[in-house]
Amino acid sequence: MSANIKNKNVWVFIETEYGKEKKVGFELLKPGREIADAVNQDLVAIVFGKDVKNVATKAIAYGADKVILVDNPIFERYSTDAVTDTLMDLINKYNPDTILIGATINGRDFGPRVACRLKTGLTADCTSISYNEETGNVKWTRPAFGGNLMADIECPNNRPQMGTVRPGVYKLPLLKEDKKGEIIEEECNISESNIRTKIIETIKEVTENINLEEAEIIVSGGRGLGKAENFSYIRDLAKVLGGAVGSSRAAVDSGWIPHAHQVGQTGKTVAPKVYIACGISGAIQHLAGMSGSDTIIAINKDKNAPIFEVAHYGIVGDLFEVIPEFIKEIEKYKNS
Amino acid sequence: MEITNEMRDLGDLIEKYFKNEVDPVVAEYDARGEYPEKVYNDLIEMGLNLLAVPTEHDGLMVDHKTETYIAEILGRHDCGIASAIGVNNSACSTMNFFGNDEQKKDFFGILTSGKLAGFCLTEPNAGSDSASVKTTAKLDGDEYVLNGTKCFITNGGIAGVYIVIASTDLSKGTKGLSVFYVEGNREGLIIGKHEDKMGIRLSNTTQIIFEDCRIPKDHLIGQEGKGFVYAMKTLGTSRNFVGGMAVGLAQRAIDECVEYAKSRVQFGKPIAYKQGIQFMLADMQTQTAAARELAYHAADLIDKNEDYEIYVSMSKLFASDVAMKVTTDGVQIFGGYGYMKEYPMEKMMRDAKILQIYEGTNQIQRVVISNIMLSK
Amino acid sequence: MNILVCIKQVPDTTEIKINPETNTLMREGVPSIVNTFDSYALELGVRLKEEHGGKVTVMSMGPEQAKAALKECLSVGADEAYLLSDRAFGGSDTLATSFILANFAKQLENEEGKFDLILCGKQAIDGDTGQVGPEMAEHLGIAQVTYATDIKAEGDKTLVKRENDQGYDWIEVLSPAVITVTKSDFEPRYATLKSKIAANKAEIHVLNSKSINIDVEKCGLKGSPTKVKKSYTPKKENNGIIIKEETASASVQTLMRLIADKKVI
Repeated sequence: MSANIKNKNVWVFIETEYGKEKKVGFELLKPGREIADAVNQDLVAIVFGKDVKNVATKAIAYGADKVILVDNPIFERYSTDAVTDTLMDLINKYNPDTILIGATINGRDFGPRVACRLKTGLTADCTSISYNEETGNVKWTRPAFGGNLMADIECPNNRPQMGTVRPGVYKLPLLKEDKKGEIIEEECNISESNIRTKIIETIKEVTENINLEEAEIIVSGGRGLGKAENFSYIRDLAKVLGGAVGSSRAAVDSGWIPHAHQVGQTGKTVAPKVYIACGISGAIQHLAGMSGSDTIIAINKDKNAPIFEVAHYGIVGDLFEVIPEFIKEIEKYKNS
Repeated sequence: MEITNEMRDLGDLIEKYFKNEVDPVVAEYDARGEYPEKVYNDLIEMGLNLLAVPTEHDGLMVDHKTETYIAEILGRHDCGIASAIGVNNSACSTMNFFGNDEQKKDFFGILTSGKLAGFCLTEPNAGSDSASVKTTAKLDGDEYVLNGTKCFITNGGIAGVYIVIASTDLSKGTKGLSVFYVEGNREGLIIGKHEDKMGIRLSNTTQIIFEDCRIPKDHLIGQEGKGFVYAMKTLGTSRNFVGGMAVGLAQRAIDECVEYAKSRVQFGKPIAYKQGIQFMLADMQTQTAAARELAYHAADLIDKNEDYEIYVSMSKLFASDVAMKVTTDGVQIFGGYGYMKEYPMEKMMRDAKILQIYEGTNQIQRVVISNIMLSK
Repeated sequence: MNILVCIKQVPDTTEIKINPETNTLMREGVPSIVNTFDSYALELGVRLKEEHGGKVTVMSMGPEQAKAALKECLSVGADEAYLLSDRAFGGSDTLATSFILANFAKQLENEEGKFDLILCGKQAIDGDTGQVGPEMAEHLGIAQVTYATDIKAEGDKTLVKRENDQGYDWIEVLSPAVITVTKSDFEPRYATLKSKIAANKAEIHVLNSKSINIDVEKCGLKGSPTKVKKSYTPKKENNGIIIKEETASASVQTLMRLIADKKVI
């Protein structure tokens, strides 16, 4: 699609799984709202899922003017073809101008596929999105070279213009329960035979039920823990803070904790409110995965550890002494 | 000395492996005095035991310049592992110079099957004085029977095959020595005590006891009585590996000292600002650079087969003395921290010492050098 | 099995530094490597070949120096290597890049036979977009599975272990398919000295825009819908507070005071 056809409205894709939304979809309603307001158009949430009417309703409360809802059992779990083909049907029908997608594992799976089918531009992992008055395009800002370089990107000649954004980059918009909006129900025209992938088996590795990418507080452990059993320190601190447990690559490679907990370039990218790094030296690859956190607290006995260069607060000390003290103080603070 | 792209490619591969897989575990194995079995297996898989094996026997047969380049890389990371490869290459050299086709096929076949080689010369009473070798090899029909004790054998207990110098005629002293090759699993080859060493603790050093160890007659390499000549000829090239290794060790020590001097603050500034330290670093680097040129020049002469013996001895002598001085100075620059096992410097000093002792003590090197000079 | 692995030569981003005076990326002297995730993809491809027989072909779009990366791949198990190099390809965004790769992949099938699988790393560590794999699949009109950590071939079925938020799924996909690989269960192997020497002697086939009938309007900057308006280095705020009191207890109390002030927790 080129910019000649009159494309209109800002779409935000709200991903769901097992009937529940991925938080990043709602987060993107915030920048979506800003762009829609700047061009005086509608903010439309796109919701695919099974039994997800409530997600559509919440999307309106978070700021969407309209919701296009495709409620179908085929969307209980993700498949490339079901989402890509259905989204394409809707795009061809409604001609949106701008599409925002959460850069989750699945968002990064179908986003490029859709962009390619549309022969349009997709900008990945944006850290900020704004409307450029001068050019009339959305300005997508994203990091490259492992975060060492930033780029401002635009898609001047093709529509819809698309971008993915990582969870945690934007905070949730204000919830307005009384906001009104229209829910448009659409059909899914895909048959099972068109879907070229099939989930045979699902294995859960994360023992705690907290999704690392959506957690507000993450406590991470690294090589400094010394052995698997010492992750108990991390778990205890996470528990008292209500946070999730993360890990550096070193700890995963040593077999102390499953890969699902790994934060970093070859693990998950997170941007929680608080990231507490314990016994983690702060290799570039780890920083690439957590440097977007709002507040970074580091505990390490090596004062020269690179983690202290990105930490907002750092304690130089023995984590085996510091963590128990920290837990004590937090409990004191909670009870006061 | 020109480093070719081919050399650099091989070197980069080895450097990458050592940086990722060896550096993180060196201190731990050094403390335990244990050789890292997985690392040895990986290096054999990589082909590091085949540097001196001819290509017609499925080996890599690199030239001596390349071998010295590799020795330097190994020395940078751990002299124990470097020694294991150096000794392996010595054994291969003996076979290359003096073995017949059948023997080469047999011996190198053991290496390509995934094993290291060892070199059994030293005995409790025969260190520098090879003439005092008392291990005997008696011809009995179609077999030789070996009896005796070898000590301080690198790769003892893990090698698949050993070059063994034994006496076929005790009355003739050095002229009674002969060279054999003996498979590690021969009955009568018993691995004795495992040595607890000052340094190079990532190499396995044991006693080897021959107790009526029977080997086929055709395991005699070359002629009886030529053993001493063969051993000297072998060491005449293979000891250049020590030169390369020593340069690597010295350079590593210097690099660590430079980093430390830049970050260690005393009296308000990094100690790198103190001329005392600067002068030490300058001397350390100058000596090491000179040792490097000497080692590569010796290697070049071996490759050209041009009167190399004196240079090989000088290279081994100088580089090992430099490594000892540089690592000792290194501990001094690190100060108190240099003395602590938590920092890498004291291991380097402990590792350096053996370089002045094995493959011919530095006193023997001086004998060799002056003999060549005076014989002209 | 006939497997194509797409690789990219990238600067080792762990070594990249910013020039403090000009505030630009210092690329000189930064070593070039095979993209980390592509190495994982190649390792999986080589393992499949070792188990089921067949051939692994590697392909890369890049300048002349990318030959070094392709040689590295040959030294760890790839059998044949192709470099797609042409000025016309320079400046391509992911849509143009995937277009070029897909076209050449189709062309290569004339030489190498139909590919059962096309493997890519999940993203390049310089571009970090992760888009080329899925876009290639779309250009070729074949199935895709992303975030793979393992691949099994059982008869005519391909099973892919795919990461999800809580662990992973085993997904059956119809071949041919594009599979993008993240940090897999298998560390990329080291080359051997022998394979290094052989790879250095091996021939890399070099192809350009004239080698096949490719529409150059769809390549390079012309074929790229996204345009980079500006690039710059992010400002580093280095004003963290380091606490080091006499005791752990004192340090923690100092920390608590600071963060309670800012209502961090």
